[in-house]
Amino acid sequence: MGIAESILLTIATAATPLLIAAMGELVVERSGVLNLGVEGMMVMGAVCGFAAAALTGSPWMGVFGGILAGVVMSLLFAFLTLSIATNQVATGLSLTLLGLGLSGMIGESFVGSAGRKLPVLDLPVLSDLPLVGRLVFGQDPIFYMSIALTLGVSWFLFRTRAGLTLRSIGDSHSSAHALGISVIGYRYLAVMFGGACAGLAGAHLSLVYTPQWVENMTAGRGWIALALVVFASWRPLRVLAGAYLFGAVTIGQLHAQALGFGIPSQLLSSLPYLATIVVLVLISRNRRLTLMNTPASLGQPFVPER
Amino acid sequence: MRIELVKRQQRSALFSALSPFIALALTILAGAILFAFLGKNPATALYYYFVDPLLETWSLHELAIKSAPLILIAVGLSICFLSNNWNIGAEGQFIMGAVVGSMLPVMFPEFQYWFVLPLMLVMGIAGGAAYAAIPAFLKVRFNTNEILTSLMLVYVAQLFLDWLVRGPWRNPAGFNFPETVRFHAHAILPEILPASGRAHWGFVFALIAAVALWFILSRTLTGFEVKVMGQSPRAGRFAGFSRPKLIFFAFLLSGGLAGLAGISEVSGAMGQLRPVISPGYGFTAIIVAFLGRLNPLGIVAAGLVLGLTYLGGEAAQISLGVSDKVARVFQGMLLFFVLGCDTLIHYRVRFIGSPAQKPVEEA
Repeated sequence: MGIAESILLTIATAATPLLIAAMGELVVERSGVLNLGVEGMMVMGAVCGFAAAALTGSPWMGVFGGILAGVVMSLLFAFLTLSIATNQVATGLSLTLLGLGLSGMIGESFVGSAGRKLPVLDLPVLSDLPLVGRLVFGQDPIFYMSIALTLGVSWFLFRTRAGLTLRSIGDSHSSAHALGISVIGYRYLAVMFGGACAGLAGAHLSLVYTPQWVENMTAGRGWIALALVVFASWRPLRVLAGAYLFGAVTIGQLHAQALGFGIPSQLLSSLPYLATIVVLVLISRNRRLTLMNTPASLGQPFVPER
Repeated sequence: MRIELVKRQQRSALFSALSPFIALALTILAGAILFAFLGKNPATALYYYFVDPLLETWSLHELAIKSAPLILIAVGLSICFLSNNWNIGAEGQFIMGAVVGSMLPVMFPEFQYWFVLPLMLVMGIAGGAAYAAIPAFLKVRFNTNEILTSLMLVYVAQLFLDWLVRGPWRNPAGFNFPETVRFHAHAILPEILPASGRAHWGFVFALIAAVALWFILSRTLTGFEVKVMGQSPRAGRFAGFSRPKLIFFAFLLSGGLAGLAGISEVSGAMGQLRPVISPGYGFTAIIVAFLGRLNPLGIVAAGLVLGLTYLGGEAAQISLGVSDKVARVFQGMLLFFVLGCDTLIHYRVRFIGSPAQKPVEEA
């Protein structure tokens, strides 16, 4: 395996959790809901995924456990913001705080224990093809899910009737309600989808990326995923591009740390966060572009008039 | 069964006052269930959490030490949240305040005069405020979402502090431990009552800040401006209030207070810089701000409650062997319940499922 190939492979591994979490949040935000709890759902997905895999011995149960944890967390958020109309920003924050606390408690007994790694795809001949073999035919299953997810979300949002309905709710919930669409129902489903994605992204961290449990192991990836949605101006394929860009920054700084260069490792570690800020500034500088793409009722609570 | 919300004509004064208490009661109830799950006697556990730390003088001092940064940060955040500026990077501003304030005793340890401490406090405030100015500037100038930028800067600040104490600022005589030199006597924030315990002046700063901000919010034009711009930016613009000015005001004030909290913690409670100087004060303060209903005086009470959860966590770990991580679960649940109960202020909640009743109109 060549050096270029292995770098590309690690970039894909670093980009996958960002891509999955951001894709889920994109659907949530397209429905007009801003869930700042991605970090919390993701870290719960990581710990529950790890725990489920360790307890059952099957990494696939880990994937399931991660997704389930994300959905349960998202339901908490959905109930508060949708059923009893709390402030979405504050509720999302509290979801993150609760997730970080709860995951620390659940994971305490798993710190330092050996994890189970999800096996990578291994096809005879194909996986051994030069250059593209491992990249296309030899990655972990969640990588393939992330690509399928991107295409699926893109197709759903722009090619199906339900996707159109979802977007219309995000742009004007009152009009959608007047047309007899169940705004709250759609939003519940969207938020749960976002939770499932965040949970899966977390499970990827603890089952593929670094198969172990470390407290706060998401390290802000949930927040970067939120930034990616803004960066991508709510378009699935641009999220894909953004996630790989960030994957490249992450891996680039890791390689730079290994090579030394005399630059302090902490400075290099802060690059992905600084890059997030720079990217956000660049994208939001263009006010018209942002206004045009932002779902118009994003973050607004909706209480159906009777 | 379905839940239906009916908007109240006016916010309910009753629930305004009651909601923090209902939330607290629900959190304690949920906590009891949690402890039962963990196989502990809920009554004993809750006793260690919420009563035991209040019985001894030394632990009351610890309570003041833990609550001081929470109150200082949260009163600043209340201005931010009221004016619809979502500064969630107080943890980073806390760290930068501590770092900038520590420059004097760490870089110039031979510079020992009585005015070192006041200078450090001022520098701490400036450091926190300057760090908070970044998301404020980006919001004003480029319309960048302040939630994400202020949060990203937390990670940057944590890494920066880590680099300092492992690299250039490491104590050369410290056996390679990642910590700075211990501050000299003129750089230490003194105790309030040295005879009784180690609570330092940070708690007094917190009380002063709370009263000052209560005054600003309830008695001055600036306070009015904060509230108007938060509830209706359009109305604020017609009144001639400046949005950029208010954004900077909110961020600089909250950043400065977080910075003061940081330098007070380091010079009062720790006496040196270490890689980690905060058990998440900047984030817990968000909970404090909401539990205090964004009212600076309410925040003092809320800060004491959340400070108690930190102490209770330690106490329960020692006496019952419950993980101290349970404290953070408590804190997270508390915010959920606070936000949920706040709905009662603006809406009446009806459960549909039983035969429908006509809604009673409020006069």
